[in-house]
Amino acid sequence: MIQTKLSWLSVFTLAIALTGCGGGQESAPAGGASTEGAAAPAAAPSAPIDPATAGSVTGKVAFTGQAPANPVIRMDATPACAQANSEPVHADEVLVNGNGTLRNVFVYVKDGLGGRTFPAPAEEVEIDQQGCMYRPHVLGVMVGQKVRIKNADSTNHNVHPMPTNNREWNVSQPPGGEDLIRDFPRAEVMIPVKCNVHPWMKTYVGVSAHPFFAVTGEDGSFELKGLPAGEYTIGIWHEKYGTQEMKVTVEAQKAATADFSITG
Amino acid sequence: MGEKRDSVYMHRFAILTAIATFFLIMAGALVVGNEAGLAVPDWPLSYGTWMPPMEGGVFYEHGHRMVATTVGFLTTVLVLWIWRKEPRSWVKRLGWTALAAVIVQGVLGGITVLYFLPAPVSITHACLAQAFFCIVLSLAVFTSPAWQSVQESHEDSDSPAFRHLCLAASAAVYIQLALGAAVRHRVLGVLAHLLWAGMVTVIMLWMARRASVRWHQLTSVHRLSGAIVILLILQLILGAGSYFIREATKNAVQPQFSTVWITTAHVAIGALLLGFSWVLTLLAYRKLPCSSKIYSMAGTPEKSLV
Repeated sequence: MIQTKLSWLSVFTLAIALTGCGGGQESAPAGGASTEGAAAPAAAPSAPIDPATAGSVTGKVAFTGQAPANPVIRMDATPACAQANSEPVHADEVLVNGNGTLRNVFVYVKDGLGGRTFPAPAEEVEIDQQGCMYRPHVLGVMVGQKVRIKNADSTNHNVHPMPTNNREWNVSQPPGGEDLIRDFPRAEVMIPVKCNVHPWMKTYVGVSAHPFFAVTGEDGSFELKGLPAGEYTIGIWHEKYGTQEMKVTVEAQKAATADFSITG
Repeated sequence: MGEKRDSVYMHRFAILTAIATFFLIMAGALVVGNEAGLAVPDWPLSYGTWMPPMEGGVFYEHGHRMVATTVGFLTTVLVLWIWRKEPRSWVKRLGWTALAAVIVQGVLGGITVLYFLPAPVSITHACLAQAFFCIVLSLAVFTSPAWQSVQESHEDSDSPAFRHLCLAASAAVYIQLALGAAVRHRVLGVLAHLLWAGMVTVIMLWMARRASVRWHQLTSVHRLSGAIVILLILQLILGAGSYFIREATKNAVQPQFSTVWITTAHVAIGALLLGFSWVLTLLAYRKLPCSSKIYSMAGTPEKSLV
């Protein structure tokens, strides 16, 4: 009798395990942005913008405070990664330029374009895996624009975007394997992309419905060209420091200024 | 004589399966710690093969699959052995339950890979692992010669009964492990896990004190409760260590070696704590049965029939 009870007690444990556990959907981590990954302007917007009257937004992202030290990434678990880098590789989460500006900030027109639509450019945007790091670290593409993902390393990687609005996928890419060519059908700032084989490998893709975006580079500046006159909200995103936005007024054939400041 | 020897071997094999399951839980914790759950994007094969290059996260994820396959094999052999040789039908039923659990666990593992680690599935996978560990431990206990020998029963007139305290301790640890899994899979903050640790500590110390004061003559109960106290202290230190090391290294490139190993040890000791509590619960029910007692369904104090 006791044994029967104990048997059922054990089975009851299993039932609790199956019914008592669980949780909500895991949220994807915050995403990121960069200059060298900016897409070429769209060719033919649905509501044409007259280039003769278009203005622009220029600015920079200043960094104040103490820049965090970028720790060295330990790659010794994968000999191919360690051998691919003759020098120690540092994390590229926070890169402060010599002029006190911040690199790898995704800058984009967040609001103000109304119902205009823009076709995706024909040019592909490239992401490479070199020395077990994604290059670039932050980039922007337009909705539907092709992204070519290469593996220049002599080791296996997997490419795993973790979007919120787009479909998630996870595809392995062996050394010397074919390039992956994918696109993102919905706008999303930002989509983190990770290699789960080498968990330090991360890149961030900003997917925009329009071509007015940029990523800050070695001088921390940006320029959003070809904007029709009007009121805009300019948004910025950084992997560590999050988001900011600013309202600007663009006048015809003039450059409006949007200088941002991030405190470390 | 031959049947007795068979029974001993079956018991030893059940212990081996339980030990392998414990290592499987550790391997699973290493996968989560190393953020390697999706290092192998396909399932049931790994990169389309049985043996991919064991580099980076693949080492942890495919290693976990290899240990899981071993546990699945051991469980199948154990269940078939029990089915053929075990005369007690309730033990056979528990064996089939173990087999069903290990199959469901394997499928859940596959779903976590194919659906990109959905948190409810990942947490259920973690919880079922601990439940499966308890089922295999139960089989090891029930097939032991000591369990099957005629034993003297002791009257437990305390309220709450010792066996109920043990059961409550096991349930509390199980809930704590589920909360820990929810924290690791980022569904919950650490606060609930922290608060419940206080509840677990109180129940376990209550249980251990009762064992020490009232049942010290039962050697196995006394030793197990002593081991549980040691594990509890170790677990609290590891829990605090996991938190502080994670905080101290939050600006470093993750996953950090120190964080991975201390959190894995925390999961492993948690599993041991649950396993020891569960075995103690079984022993308490065996040695301190409720032969002359009835229970109120409303949880009121026990009433004697005589």
